[in-house]
Amino acid sequence: MASKLTRSTGAGWAFALPGFGLIALFIIVPFFFAFGLSLTNQRLISPNPTEYVGFENYRDLLSLSVITLEPERDDSGAVIRDEDGEIEYPRVRTITRSDDFPQYRGMREWFRWQSGDTARVVVASDVVFMKALVNTLMFVLVVAPVQGALALVLALLINQKLRGINVYRAIYFMPVVVSIVVVSLLWRFIYDGNDGLLNNLLSAITFGGWQPVDWLGNPDTALGSIMAMSIWQAVGFHMVIWLSGLQTISPTLYEAADIEGASKWQTFRYVTWPGLRNTAVLVLIVITMQAFALFAQIDVMTNGGPLDSTQTVVFQAVERGYGKQDISGGSTISVILFLLVLTISLIQRWLTREK
Amino acid sequence: MADVRLKDVRKRYGAVEVIKGVDIEVEDGEFVVFVGPSGCGKSTLLRMIAGLEDISGGTLGIGGKVVNEMPPKERGVGMVFQTYAIFPHMTVRENMAFGLTIARAGKEEKARRVNEAARILQMEHLLDRRPSQLSGGQRQRVAIGRAIVREPSVFLFDEPLSNLDAALRMDMRMEIGKLHQQLKATMIYVTHDQVEAMTLADKIVVLRDGEVMQVGTPMELYHDPANLFVAGFLGAPSMNFLNVDVSDAGPDGATVSNPSLDPVRVAAVKQPVTTGSTATLGIRPQYLHPTAPEKGMLHGTVALTERLGAETIVDVAMKDGTKIIAALSEDRVLEPGTEIGLEFDTAQAHLFSERP
Ligand SMILES: Nc1ncnc2c1ncn2[C@@H]1O[C@H](COP(=O)(O)OP(=O)(O)OP(=O)(O)O)[C@@H](O)[C@H]1O
Ligand SMILES: [Mg+2]
Repeated sequence: MASKLTRSTGAGWAFALPGFGLIALFIIVPFFFAFGLSLTNQRLISPNPTEYVGFENYRDLLSLSVITLEPERDDSGAVIRDEDGEIEYPRVRTITRSDDFPQYRGMREWFRWQSGDTARVVVASDVVFMKALVNTLMFVLVVAPVQGALALVLALLINQKLRGINVYRAIYFMPVVVSIVVVSLLWRFIYDGNDGLLNNLLSAITFGGWQPVDWLGNPDTALGSIMAMSIWQAVGFHMVIWLSGLQTISPTLYEAADIEGASKWQTFRYVTWPGLRNTAVLVLIVITMQAFALFAQIDVMTNGGPLDSTQTVVFQAVERGYGKQDISGGSTISVILFLLVLTISLIQRWLTREK
Repeated sequence: MADVRLKDVRKRYGAVEVIKGVDIEVEDGEFVVFVGPSGCGKSTLLRMIAGLEDISGGTLGIGGKVVNEMPPKERGVGMVFQTYAIFPHMTVRENMAFGLTIARAGKEEKARRVNEAARILQMEHLLDRRPSQLSGGQRQRVAIGRAIVREPSVFLFDEPLSNLDAALRMDMRMEIGKLHQQLKATMIYVTHDQVEAMTLADKIVVLRDGEVMQVGTPMELYHDPANLFVAGFLGAPSMNFLNVDVSDAGPDGATVSNPSLDPVRVAAVKQPVTTGSTATLGIRPQYLHPTAPEKGMLHGTVALTERLGAETIVDVAMKDGTKIIAALSEDRVLEPGTEIGLEFDTAQAHLFSERP
């Protein structure tokens, strides 16, 4: 028997064609392009012909090594210390630039730690990318649970029959419909180090006792500030998803729980939360993917600074591909990000599978 | 164990009053059924007793205490919903133990009481299944089991059988009857199925538009309906109503007639009638017996017969164009078009001043 798909007329296909075409042109083709380009040395504009380079781009991005440094010693064998009493080590540069260690060529120090007198230095061929990777993971680890939980709390608060509840729904949802670029610009003013709203507010609350902080200019606070703002911006969206999940739970289940004597918390635990299982999986995966794609906020607010403390993977991909005209490098980052998100989504699906 | 007393109970949604001052007394251990057409407020009343709806006026007492403001859990009621309302993610055992889990009862007590309830409901073999693996009847049993386990003093049922097919409904009806005998708890049961009402109830409350029409035992209501509504609501096929002229009304009854009804004297006058007025005579189809055309008090022609085997339903067209139905407790062939007479025992007829 012919399936419905093959029996349907050309008109149906004709209607579907523009959609299919656009998806193919802007999503499917670029996806394979990225794979292909990541194996070449393609540049945006270059007099040289493009060459196939295998996995060199991946090596350039991901290579890591640990170098063990012995302290500098004087002739008697004693450890040399500087004025502050810190042990002095040979400079990493002498190793990464030395012809004796070709395996470290081109690498730079990422971070180090000390064990006894020796120091171990982690060197990476692309320190900025490593920082971007760590920042992105940090961002995901903080934003996914906090934003998910906050959105659920808001959804629970808003899922009540109260007069004017729709006003609250609208207010919480409003940041979602405003462009993230606009939101980022506004928050740049809020976070301003001299005269920002946040500093003024804190100083007013503490009666002038607050020392102004340059939220986006300080490596210790920049990423946290962007996290806070990002959570605020998209929480309304996830609130709506939770809300739709809440409304699929039959009200009689709540009544039954009520009659059986369940407290508010017990009702949540035994009725609401189990009923939200599928929604929770959805929210978690969507937030994770959105968090990995962190770009606009960085681009508008910090440009990856200060001291690379807000570099992210997508920002690096764009920066490389267009800023530095290194299309193959940008493509490689995109592919790595794709594999990362795919892996994490699969793990999440496996962890939250129906038992 | 507890009694339930409603005094002038009212419920308003905004400006609309849906329960208009209801007085009902449910004695301890009694099985009371609320019946009435759709939308008459049965569920609303039950939910007010459960504590799921606020009471707009009047007082509700359970076990001698006024509970108007008391939350459901403190009222000591168990409720079974039409849609079962069992928790889909819990096994049958967990569902049944839910109330005990909430009350943080010990493991052993839970196991003991769940097993006891499962034994009563004959569903021990289902305890480890999930609701999705159960049939409708089994799900309803789980819901009943969950109510039993907590040993409430009052059970509330809101049309628990209406989602089941006819055969299962009969089985479950009997089980609920048995359950009442075993538990001896107070039970309030809402239905619009009059068979359920007649078979289960110690006492039936007939409701219409938020008002009590009559309260009584099933047989009182059947044999002695207080008004046309109750008379027409109970019994199947429903009671025949004839428009009649009252010719001689007195303290011992009234004489009534109409073009197809020879004058008869009826003693059971439910509502006072006066000579010269028109009234309604009610006769149940089961009490009409066909005879020869010239005999009997009613005269007409057979319009249709439905043979059900043990019973034959005859539609008779009267001379004045109205139709009445006779139910014969035998299989009998009556050709459409034949003229017949119908006779009845006037003691079984009821006279109402209302008009249908
Ligand atoms: N939340 C509400 N707001 C306004 N009116 C309501 C509300 N709930 C119920 N009603 C009205 O109250 C009346 C009684 O409803 P109820 O559900 O008690 O009827 P019922 O007798 O149980 O009917 P059924 O046999 O169909 O279940 C109906 O007319 C209904 O429209
Ligand atoms: Mg109802």
